[in-house]
Amino acid sequence: MKFIALIVIVLGIIAVAQLMRVYELTSKLRNRKEEEIELRDNKMNANLMLLFMFVFFGSFLWMVARYGNGGNPVAASVEGVGYDNLMALNMVIIIFVFFLTNGLLFFFAYKYYKRPGVKAYWYPHNNKLELLWTVVPSIVLAVIIILGLRNWNERTSASGEDAIRVELYSKQFDWTVRYAGEDNVLGKFDYKLINGNNPLGIATTATIANRVVEMDSTIKALEARINNPENVFSVEAFAKMKKDLASKERIYQRLVQLKNLHNQEDDVYAYDDIVKPSNTKLILCVGKEYEFTFRAEDIIHSAFFPHFRAQMNTVPGMVTRLKFTPSITTKEMRKNLNDDNFSYILMCNKICGASHSNMKLYVEVLDEAEYNEWWKAEIAENTFKN
Amino acid sequence: MAAGAHEAHGHHEENFVSKYIFSHDHKMISKQFLLTAIFMGVVAMLLSILFRIQLGWPEESSDFLHAFLGDRWAPDGILDRNMYLGLVTMHGTIMVFFLLTGGLSGTFSNLLIPLQLGARDMASGFLNMLSYWMFFLSSAIMIASLLIETGPAMAGWTIYPPLSALPQAMPGSGLGMTMWLVSMAIFIASSLIGSLNYIVTVLNLRTKGMHMTRMPLTVWAFFVTAVLGVLSFPVLFSAALLLLMDRLMGTSFFLSDIIVGGEMLDNTGGSPLLFQHLFWFLGHPEVYIVLLPALGLSSEIISTNARKPIFGYRAMIGSILAIGFLSFIVWGHHMFITGMNPFLGSVFVFTTLLIAIPSAVKVFNYLTTLWKGSIVYTPGMLFAIGLVSTFITGGVTGIILADSALDIAVHDTYFVVAHFHVVMGLSAVFGMFAGVYHWFPKMYGRMMNTRLGYIHFWTTIVSGYGVFFPMHFVGIAGAPRRYYDYSVYEGFDANQFELIVELNVVISIFAILGGLAQIIFLYNFFYSIYRGPVAVQNPWKSNTLEWTTPVEHIHGNWPGELPEVHRWPYDYSKPGADSDFIPQTVPLADGEEEH
Repeated sequence: MKFIALIVIVLGIIAVAQLMRVYELTSKLRNRKEEEIELRDNKMNANLMLLFMFVFFGSFLWMVARYGNGGNPVAASVEGVGYDNLMALNMVIIIFVFFLTNGLLFFFAYKYYKRPGVKAYWYPHNNKLELLWTVVPSIVLAVIIILGLRNWNERTSASGEDAIRVELYSKQFDWTVRYAGEDNVLGKFDYKLINGNNPLGIATTATIANRVVEMDSTIKALEARINNPENVFSVEAFAKMKKDLASKERIYQRLVQLKNLHNQEDDVYAYDDIVKPSNTKLILCVGKEYEFTFRAEDIIHSAFFPHFRAQMNTVPGMVTRLKFTPSITTKEMRKNLNDDNFSYILMCNKICGASHSNMKLYVEVLDEAEYNEWWKAEIAENTFKN
Repeated sequence: MAAGAHEAHGHHEENFVSKYIFSHDHKMISKQFLLTAIFMGVVAMLLSILFRIQLGWPEESSDFLHAFLGDRWAPDGILDRNMYLGLVTMHGTIMVFFLLTGGLSGTFSNLLIPLQLGARDMASGFLNMLSYWMFFLSSAIMIASLLIETGPAMAGWTIYPPLSALPQAMPGSGLGMTMWLVSMAIFIASSLIGSLNYIVTVLNLRTKGMHMTRMPLTVWAFFVTAVLGVLSFPVLFSAALLLLMDRLMGTSFFLSDIIVGGEMLDNTGGSPLLFQHLFWFLGHPEVYIVLLPALGLSSEIISTNARKPIFGYRAMIGSILAIGFLSFIVWGHHMFITGMNPFLGSVFVFTTLLIAIPSAVKVFNYLTTLWKGSIVYTPGMLFAIGLVSTFITGGVTGIILADSALDIAVHDTYFVVAHFHVVMGLSAVFGMFAGVYHWFPKMYGRMMNTRLGYIHFWTTIVSGYGVFFPMHFVGIAGAPRRYYDYSVYEGFDANQFELIVELNVVISIFAILGGLAQIIFLYNFFYSIYRGPVAVQNPWKSNTLEWTTPVEHIHGNWPGELPEVHRWPYDYSKPGADSDFIPQTVPLADGEEEH
C-alpha cells in the first residue's frame, strides 16, 4: 500500500515534469511569454475566485451546521451563560465582517479581471471613504470593548464574603483539592513544608516543627555521608553532594525563620481543612459561588474548566484565583445530554511535559441536599487535624 | 549555491568564494537568505506533517514516522510523547523565526530596499554578509538540536520557564533547550545587524527625488519592520540570557518555590511571569515583524497587477506606522489568564482592539484598489489576493481573542492555533510566495512557470484553509493545544470526542495535501533557476526602480548614473497617459499633477 503510494507520487512528479516540457515546447512554438497572461488564463482565475468563494462560504455554513459550537453543552455556570451570550454577539459581528469583506474581495477579483481595451479606473484616494472605514470600525470596536470589559470586570472582581473557598494544587501530572473546612478559611502553606505526610505544605506549628527536625536530620545524614572516610565518590558526585548540602542548609535556615515567624493562632484555619488525595474528584455544590485559589509545585499549569467557561494558570511561587458559580448539577446535565457517562472536567491547558494531555481532574456538581450529606461526612472524618 | 550560474560573466573579477559564499552584494545575500529559508521552511513543514499524522491517527503505527524518527523517537511507528512536544516546538520556532522573520525580511528587505530606492547596495555590505552568516549559523544550530539524544527543546516555541529552565521537568529542557537559546541569541544578533542596516539604508541612501512619501509601500513596510525588530529583539535577547543564567548559573530570575522530580529547589523570589512579559514584549511586535513585510509586498503586487494605484497611499503608510506603534503596547493580551492583574488586562484589551482599526483600513484599501481594476492574474497576484483573504479571516477571530472576557475559555485552545496560523502563518507565507513569484525574474533573470504557479496557488489556498478553518471548531469545542491526543475526552464526553477525532482527520489529510502541493513550487522554483525562459527587463510593467536595472546582476545595480525619481510609484492607468504605467523615473509632463 505504502509502496503504491510512493510510486504514485513519483509518477506524479514525472508526469508534471513531462507536462512542463510539453508546455514549454508549445510555448516556444506559439511564441507565448510567461509574463504575458492571456485573456483565457485571466478569465479562468477570475472564475475560480468566484467558485472558491462559493465553496469557501458553503463549507463554512456546512461546518457551522454540523459542528456548531464544537459540541459544547450549554454553559454550566452563571458566569458561563454571560460568556456564551457575549461570545454569540461577537461571533455575529465577526462573521458579518468575514462574509462582507471576503465576499467583496472575491467578487471584485471575479469581476474586474483584465479585458482587452478596458482601462482600470484611476482612483488614488478619497478622504471621505477612508474616514468612513476608520470611524465605523472604531464605533463597533468601542461597543465590543465596553461590553467585553464590563463582563471581564465582573468575572475578575472579588467574590462574595460567603463564597466557598477551595484550593487546587497542581503538579506534573495531577491535581489535588483542598477544601477550606467549616470556617471557610484555608490554612497557611509553604512549599518548604512539603513532604510525604503533608503533600500541600500546610503550615501549622506542628508541621513546621516536624519539618525542621526532618531537615536537620537529612542534613546530618548527608554530612555524615560526605565526611565518612570510607566512602569514595567521583569528583562529580562529590561536587553535586556539596551543592545539595549547601542548598539544604539554606532551606533549613529559612525553615527556622518560618518557625520563628509562625503565629500559633493561625493553626486553627488549617486544622479543619480537608486535603483529598491527588486525583480525587472535585465536588461542588450547585448555585453556590466558589472562590478557587491555585498553586503549582513544579512548573506552570493551567486549570481549564471548559463547561464552566473558566480558566486560570497555576504558577509556581504565586497564588492565582478564579471564581464561578456552578448552575447545573452533573445529574441534570447527564439527563439533558442523554449521556450517562458525561462528566464535568478540569483539564491542564498549559504545556507541562510528556503527560500533559492526561493531566485532568473530574468535577462533580451535586444538588444542595447531596452536597450537605457529603460535606458532613468529610468534616467528620477527613480534616487535616485528623 | 551555484544558483546564479548564468551570471558567470560578471562585470567584476571575482572568485567563487567572494561571489557566491561571502558575498557583500545585497542581491546575492538576498538569494542566500531565500534558499536557507526555503530549506528551513521545508524542514518545519515536514515536522508539522509528522505531528499531524499523530493527531489524525493517534494509535496507528506509521512507517513514515518511524522512517524519520527511528526507534529512538517513534518505536514501532508510534510517536514518543516527549518528541511530539519537540516537533511542535521546533515547528513553531523555525516557522516564526527562521522562515518568516529571517527568511522573509532577509530575502526581500535585502533585495528590494536598495533596488527600489535607487541605491548601489546596502549601507554596509560587510554587516549584511555578517547578518546572513549569523543567520546561517543559528539555523545550523537549531537543526542540529533536532538530532541530539535528549531531543530538541520541547517547551513550546514560547519556552515558558520553569518548564524550559528545569531539565528534570522534561528531556528537551536539557541540552536541546541550551542549543535553542544559543541559536536564538545568534539569530537575534543577525536580525539586529540586518535591521540596523535596513534602517540606515532607507534613511540615507535614497536616490535623488526619492522622498519618503515617494517610497513604495514595500520599503515602508520593511523600514517599520526593521525599527520594530531593533526595538523589540533586544528584550528577547535579555530574556534568553536571564534564562540561560537560571539554567546554568543558579540564579532565580524566573524560579521560585519549586519542587521538581522530588527535589526541593532553594530558588526563591523569581517570577515566571517576568519571563512572559519579556518574551511577549518581543513576541507581539514579532507578529508584525512577520506580517508587515508580507503586507508591503502584497500592496506592491496588487497595485501593479490591478493596474491601479494603491488606494489611500498615505493612509496605508499611516496604518503601517500605527500598527507598528500599537504593537508595542499590546503584549499583555497573551497573558490575560496567567495571573496578571486583571486591571492591567483591561488596558491591554483596549490597546489590542485598537489595532483592528488600522488593520481594517488596510483591508478596505486593498478592496478599493481591486474595485474597477484591470486585474492581471500572475501567480504573484493570486497569492497577494489570497493574503488579503487570510488576513481578513484570521484577523476577525483576533477580535474574540483580544477580548479578555472571551479569551478565558478559548485561551490556549485550537481557536488560538487557528487564529494565528491563518492571520500570521498563511498570510505571511502567501506574502512570501507572492514575492517570490513576482520578483523571481529580478532575482534569477528567468521566469517561473505560470501554469504551475496557478496549480500551486489553488492547491495551497484550498489545503491551507482546509487545515486551519476546521481548527476553529476544534477550539470552540475547547480542545487544548499541544495535546498528544484527545483520549481524555473519551472519559467525560464521548460525543465531543468523536467530533474532535473527525475534525482532526480532516485537518491532517489537508495538511498532507498542502505539504505535497509545495513540491510543485519547489520543482518550479529550482527548475526555473536553470531552465526557465529568460526574463525581460520589466516583465510585469511595473513602475518601481528595480525594473530599470539590467536583467544581468551587476555590482552597483545600475550601469551608469543612478536613476532620478520624479513621481510616486503608483501611476498605473493614469488618465491622459498613453501607457497604463509610468515608471518613477519619467518626469512629470507639463501640467501633470503628482497624484
